[in-house]
Amino acid sequence: MTDLAIAANGLRKSYGDKTVLDGVDLAVPEGTIFSLLGPNGAGKTTAVKILSTLVPPDPASGRIRVGGHDLATDAQAVRAAIGVTGQFSAVDGLITGEENMLLMADLHHLSKREGRQVTAELLERFDLTEAAKKPASTYSGGMKRRLDIAMTLVGGPRIIFLDEPTTGLDPRSRHNMWQIIRELVTGGVTVFLTTQYLEEADELADRIAVLHDGEIAAQGTAEELKRIVPGGHVRLRFTDPAAYRSAASALRDASRDEESLALRIPSDGSQRELRSILDRLDSEGIEADELTVHTPDLDDVFFALTGGAGIPDQPKEAAR
Amino acid sequence: MSTPPAPARPARISLAVRDCSTMLRRNLLHARRYPSLTLNLLLTPIMLLLLFVYIFGDTMSAGIGGGGPNRSEYIAYIVPGLLLMTIGSTVVGTAVSVSNDMTEGVIARFRTMAIHRGSVIVGHVIGSVLQSITSVVLVGAVAVAIGFRSTDATVLEWLAAFGLLVLFATALTWIAVGMGLVSPNAEAAGNNAMPLILLPLLSSAFVPIHAMPGWFRPIAEYQPFTPAIETLRGLLLGTGIGNNGWLAVVWCLGLTVLGYLWSTSKFNSDPK
Repeated sequence: MTDLAIAANGLRKSYGDKTVLDGVDLAVPEGTIFSLLGPNGAGKTTAVKILSTLVPPDPASGRIRVGGHDLATDAQAVRAAIGVTGQFSAVDGLITGEENMLLMADLHHLSKREGRQVTAELLERFDLTEAAKKPASTYSGGMKRRLDIAMTLVGGPRIIFLDEPTTGLDPRSRHNMWQIIRELVTGGVTVFLTTQYLEEADELADRIAVLHDGEIAAQGTAEELKRIVPGGHVRLRFTDPAAYRSAASALRDASRDEESLALRIPSDGSQRELRSILDRLDSEGIEADELTVHTPDLDDVFFALTGGAGIPDQPKEAAR
Repeated sequence: MSTPPAPARPARISLAVRDCSTMLRRNLLHARRYPSLTLNLLLTPIMLLLLFVYIFGDTMSAGIGGGGPNRSEYIAYIVPGLLLMTIGSTVVGTAVSVSNDMTEGVIARFRTMAIHRGSVIVGHVIGSVLQSITSVVLVGAVAVAIGFRSTDATVLEWLAAFGLLVLFATALTWIAVGMGLVSPNAEAAGNNAMPLILLPLLSSAFVPIHAMPGWFRPIAEYQPFTPAIETLRGLLLGTGIGNNGWLAVVWCLGLTVLGYLWSTSKFNSDPK
């Protein structure tokens, strides 16, 4: 299949003076997982809201087609083709998980029998059968997210939008969610996924677009993007300002973080490179209080794409 | 992409009806699961009924009638007002639950589904009108239990009284839904809807307008509760209705149209 599930040209949106999306082009082939990668505030959620018909794009936007239907003229047909799981759980907390599912079945105009059958199947598939009769508000974060996706699947959508589906989940739930997402595409469904984690996009997506300040900074497969990223870095932290200063003069290629007395040295984390760093420190008689090796993550992609400026240093997810 | 073609018009209407009834079921389920809000709102009119009849009843009736204390006459006088006040009280709950509902992520989900756009609101409105009528029947039953009797109302008059109550409930519900939609949270919604409980106190519900100070009479006279109360009184107790009948209907239709336009435009405008 070469048809595009999502095709957007010059997607624009601003709220007042603030431009959130500044001419974004997207092309997602059917049956693939596409990931929109970016930090908080990059415009990911806005992109999902527009493509899922929740908010209209600015009139200056180009043509946008989702599921073969024009977003501007045939929003209802777009809605019939898509399923959306937002960043904040879209379940009705006052009623039970099963009632939530039956509600979706009714809204998709399934017959009573079909509705019961689909509900039972999906609750089973997402390991929610035991909790089916409990109010959704009593569910854990991971259970709510699973119910959310189960509800999205009731109508058998061809295109599924997942807005940060793993944010706030514990590691086990996150891996469960990844498995669920992988299974979705085996049935030919197209998945449009947003995430803050390069690791997640890397695991799941066929193609990744990096969104920065409302523009696509780079687009490609995970491999292609990693080539842009210069292989991660080593971080050295000191408690003694004098040791920090002498280390900084010994390692001239390091970028400095004066506030936390830390140095950041570009490195692929190989044994040889680590030894060379340690040798240089030893020869000066400097001892670092902490040494961590960072594999490429979203921060590095951003440092590479935006010239090292722009985003604050965040705690690393992928420290080894 | 295998999307079914847009259905023909009759099919569209039947799907819209189906979506509305699904949403109505959802709201009734909420009300059944969490009855405390509804019951709390029911307490206000029942307490006022008992308070005015058993504590203030003798004095009030002596003051109004000019003769001696006559408690049973006063029961008859205040019941129509209290029935309408019950509706005002119930729709405060509507404003609160609409406001609560709009903060739920599930509303955003509904907006991305190929369902009838208005069904969310229509479900709330029909659910709330049914709840109002149930509450009115319950308060009415208490009134009958403590001695309220209609004076030879015909079947037609009973039907008209019922129709008026439904009409009035519909009007106040649409206004309350609008209040719920513009309120940032449930507390604000409860406060914004307060006038719907307070207005009956400023009407002819408890004392006749001619017994009020002159400067206050216009306030009591030109508001929806007074003509509706006078009409209900006339239908159930045989007092004079005069202009109040059509005034009440005009108020109800006006508020319904206003509330409908306000609510739907609020709901259809872009979410944040």
